[in-house]
Amino acid sequence: METYLLLKVAWWVLLGVLLMGLAVMVGMDMGVGTMLRYVGRTDTERRVALNIVGPHWDGNQVWFILGGGAIFAAWPLIYATAFSGFYVVMLLLLWTMIVRPLGFEYRSKLASAQWRGAWDWAFFVSGFVPMLVFGAAVGNILQGVPFHFDWNLTSRYTGSFVALLNPFAILCGLLSVAMSIYMGATMVMNRGEGVIRERARRLALWSGIGALLLFTVGGFWVSRMQGYHLVRGPDPATAQTPLRQIVERSTGDWLVNFRGHAILWLVPASAYAGLLPGLVAARRGASHLAWWLGALAWIGIIGTVGTAMFPFMMPSSSEPSHSLTVWNSSSSEYTLAWMTGFTAVFMPLILWYTSWAFWVMRGKVSAQRIESDEHAY
Amino acid sequence: MIDNTVVELSRWQFAATALYHFLFVPLTLGLSFLLAAMETVYVTTGRDIYRRMAQFWGKLFLINFALGVATGLTMEFQFGTNWSFYSSFVGDTFGAPLAIEGLMAFFMESTFVGLMVFGWERMSKAQHLIVTYLVALGSNLSAVWILVANGFMQDPQGARFNPLTMRMELTNFSDLIFNADAQSKFVHTSIAGYVTAAMFVGGISAFYMLKNRHMEIARRSFRMAALFGVLATAGVITLGDALGFIGGQAQPTKLAAMEALWKTEPAPVAFNVVAAPSQSERANLWQIQVPAGLSLLVTHSLDGTVPGADDLEKQAAERIRNGIPAVVALKRLAQDPSDAQAMAQFTAHEKDLGYGFLVQRYAPDQDASKSTPDAILQAARGTIPQVAPIFWSFRIMVGLGLLMLGYFILAVIYTLRNQVEHQRGFLRLALWSIPVPFIACEMGWLVAEIGRQPWTVYQVLPTWMSASTHSVAYMVFSLTGFVVLYSIFIAIEMYLMVRAVRAGPDADGPDAAGPQGEVAAVRAAPAPAGRLASRWEG
Ligand code: HDD
Ligand code: HEM
Ligand code: HEM
Repeated sequence: METYLLLKVAWWVLLGVLLMGLAVMVGMDMGVGTMLRYVGRTDTERRVALNIVGPHWDGNQVWFILGGGAIFAAWPLIYATAFSGFYVVMLLLLWTMIVRPLGFEYRSKLASAQWRGAWDWAFFVSGFVPMLVFGAAVGNILQGVPFHFDWNLTSRYTGSFVALLNPFAILCGLLSVAMSIYMGATMVMNRGEGVIRERARRLALWSGIGALLLFTVGGFWVSRMQGYHLVRGPDPATAQTPLRQIVERSTGDWLVNFRGHAILWLVPASAYAGLLPGLVAARRGASHLAWWLGALAWIGIIGTVGTAMFPFMMPSSSEPSHSLTVWNSSSSEYTLAWMTGFTAVFMPLILWYTSWAFWVMRGKVSAQRIESDEHAY
Repeated sequence: MIDNTVVELSRWQFAATALYHFLFVPLTLGLSFLLAAMETVYVTTGRDIYRRMAQFWGKLFLINFALGVATGLTMEFQFGTNWSFYSSFVGDTFGAPLAIEGLMAFFMESTFVGLMVFGWERMSKAQHLIVTYLVALGSNLSAVWILVANGFMQDPQGARFNPLTMRMELTNFSDLIFNADAQSKFVHTSIAGYVTAAMFVGGISAFYMLKNRHMEIARRSFRMAALFGVLATAGVITLGDALGFIGGQAQPTKLAAMEALWKTEPAPVAFNVVAAPSQSERANLWQIQVPAGLSLLVTHSLDGTVPGADDLEKQAAERIRNGIPAVVALKRLAQDPSDAQAMAQFTAHEKDLGYGFLVQRYAPDQDASKSTPDAILQAARGTIPQVAPIFWSFRIMVGLGLLMLGYFILAVIYTLRNQVEHQRGFLRLALWSIPVPFIACEMGWLVAEIGRQPWTVYQVLPTWMSASTHSVAYMVFSLTGFVVLYSIFIAIEMYLMVRAVRAGPDADGPDAAGPQGEVAAVRAAPAPAGRLASRWEG
């Protein structure tokens, strides 16, 4: 029984790790897409920017796919409730996102300026919109989402699409866009040269400052918003559904975990510990360091949300007692155990060959190289 | 209350997006191995033409691959967006193979595909070859896991319903993955992909031979495709037979529909070669039969028989009656999990729970406990899927499979005798046959999926209950969006594909040879180490 409790918490942590992987890796590629039209003024410059992430975008994107698969396997109720509840938003996310693979493969296949210009806009949309939606979804989850369950756990979402675009959600969305631009810009600095590198540096500074401000404002907002707390529920170590608990909401609930364990303040602090020195590094042109500090900041930001909400994963604003928590929405112990085994074997392997792939493709991407290479995007 | 229109629209959307995804999947599965084979010849013999072959077909591979990735992305999330009850009901079991697919297959395939494209000059020949093999392995592993998931829907093994958490929970992982249906499906489907790639490469090579262009590459590609194709087609037919055999035992209603078998007949049962099945008459309007054929094909003996729709409906009605108390008990358990009497009633009727769910659709207020005899009759009839589309899709798939076998045998004969390029008629046939395996694949999925109806998880969860609770307006919006977006995508893809084929292997390099060509060939050859080093310093 205690093992089950441990497994639930372990998968909560793993979900966090996947979201961080998604934010860092996919976010970086999407940032490059968002800023493509700014960082590159000529076609060759844009191609250079695209080819910087070109060999890796597909592998990176699997963080997103695996995120979906892992939520399905480890948190089926959340997979079902969140994705059907956020229906229109999910469609926006998916429809814009699937244009990106085509952009990479097809953009440079034709020389027409119109063709390429259209794809450049497509890159903007398929970078900006998904990151905005990703952040906005987290913002909505922090506030609670209007849904409830029938007796047989059919989930019913009762909110509107427009309600999902509230001010706090948009703030979170912009934070995630800013972070993605920061990550993309530091990557472009890393592997680009000349004007491209210079423009990317400016972008890294502005987006980094933007992210700092948005995170700070968001933090104050969260400390004053209504959070949720579990009044009574079944033993966390047992199998359960969200139908047998009592949850209440009150202002400041999202700070309870931090107040209880002061050491947890280190989590939001690491967002600052990433961004502040990151800005300095970016300014000095130490782009490699700036990128890694950005990754640390992402870990801090996502970790902050998780820490504030624990054990809540998706609170219900219309029927708080139906809120989804770490205790009541995980898979069975048996499934979690198998999934843990697979993750333990494959995750290190993935990290190993991903690093190898980056190592093989290391070095600067230059304009001459793009023009002479028939494989380049 | 569940809205039938929403369920119907969700089905249309899933079918449209899945069939669309599967336009690109087979070519990825097969062409990745052909690329690896070409590159193997290049690495072992050192003959440069095989490198150019691998690079040319690799270009076409990528045009196709991009859409496979794009459309796969929406599939991964569609269970949650559109089949939310399904997702929470079986996620504990069905989610696992999907997640493992990401961990084990997608990461590998997608990481290495980047290196396969960009890494020609940055790795040793052997390293690049390994990378190409890993791409092929990754895409085929992804087929394993997605078909394990689909196999669970067809023949749910390894899981048990838990009334306290209201879902199918995984109880035996190896039963889930070694499900016979899943395994034979995997082999059949991936080999179908090899057939598809063989047809594709053969057809385009034939186009070049007709135009007398790129003869060196075309002849060699055609030969590889023909050999690959003849083996694959023989394999797909053998496995199709096995699949019919295994599927027939696991899903008798699908088998009855595939063979348009309305009444149980004494052995040996005749095989309907063609027929006009009528769902409302519960009979074939006319048929052409081969005596004893079906007993031989399906049971591999003369004295086996196959249950017809009439018997299956009777069994279903029985199970529906037995399933109703299970649903009633489940509802009571949801109120009070400690209700021992309800638990006892549930356990006694548990195996027919799915049938109890099924009848709700026809019962007053969608409440199983109010089921009338008429509702039970309707639900029982509903367990026989739409016969005509299944019967015909199956025949088209098998017919095309046999034709392709004939085609590949001829192709092998011609190519081994070095005569292909003179058989103009045959070359034209090869070109125009490129769509054939794609059609066969789509037909196969129609058989598999329509034949599973009315269930999403066979005999466990009705399709009708599985959908999300969206409004009709939302569904119309999303379905329209998918149709519009996907239509634009395919137009772009076809345009680029045709353009790339027209341009040929040496689009920006040596055309057809000649002195200028050789200069370009040198330029396209692997870069010397010096150039590499300077790039890293830059
Ligand atoms: C028999 C094989 C097969 C089947 C039945 C399916 N797929 Fe697929 N899928 C592939 C074989 C494949 C592939 C050949 O491996 C693809 C095509 C291009 C690619 O990247 O991998 C792919 C791509 C692909 C991707 C993108 C992967 C990437 O970025 O590299 C996703 C998320 C899915 N699929 C998910 C699904 C889902 C949810 C399906 C079921 C409804 C499904 N696929 C049916
Ligand atoms: C994991 C794999 C799959 C799952 C979980 C799945 C699930 C479903 C679901 C929930 C539906 C809607 C209910 C229904 O009408 O059947 C459906 C329908 C359908 N699916 Fe699948 N499917 C899978 C794979 C595929 C693939 C890869 C294809 C083909 C490319 C496919 C083709 C179809 C078709 C043609 C229908 C429509 C059948 C009909 O309702 O008339 N499926 N499937
Ligand atoms: C004579 C030869 C063939 C036979 C006897 C055969 C048999 C079958 C059967 C019985 C199914 C249904 C599986 C189920 O019960 O769910 C099936 C599905 C399928 N077939 Fe075939 N088939 C043949 C040829 C082909 C060919 C030539 C192709 C494509 C090139 C193909 C592609 C598929 C696909 C993609 C599926 C769906 C996936 C699956 O259910 O495995 N088949 N086949």
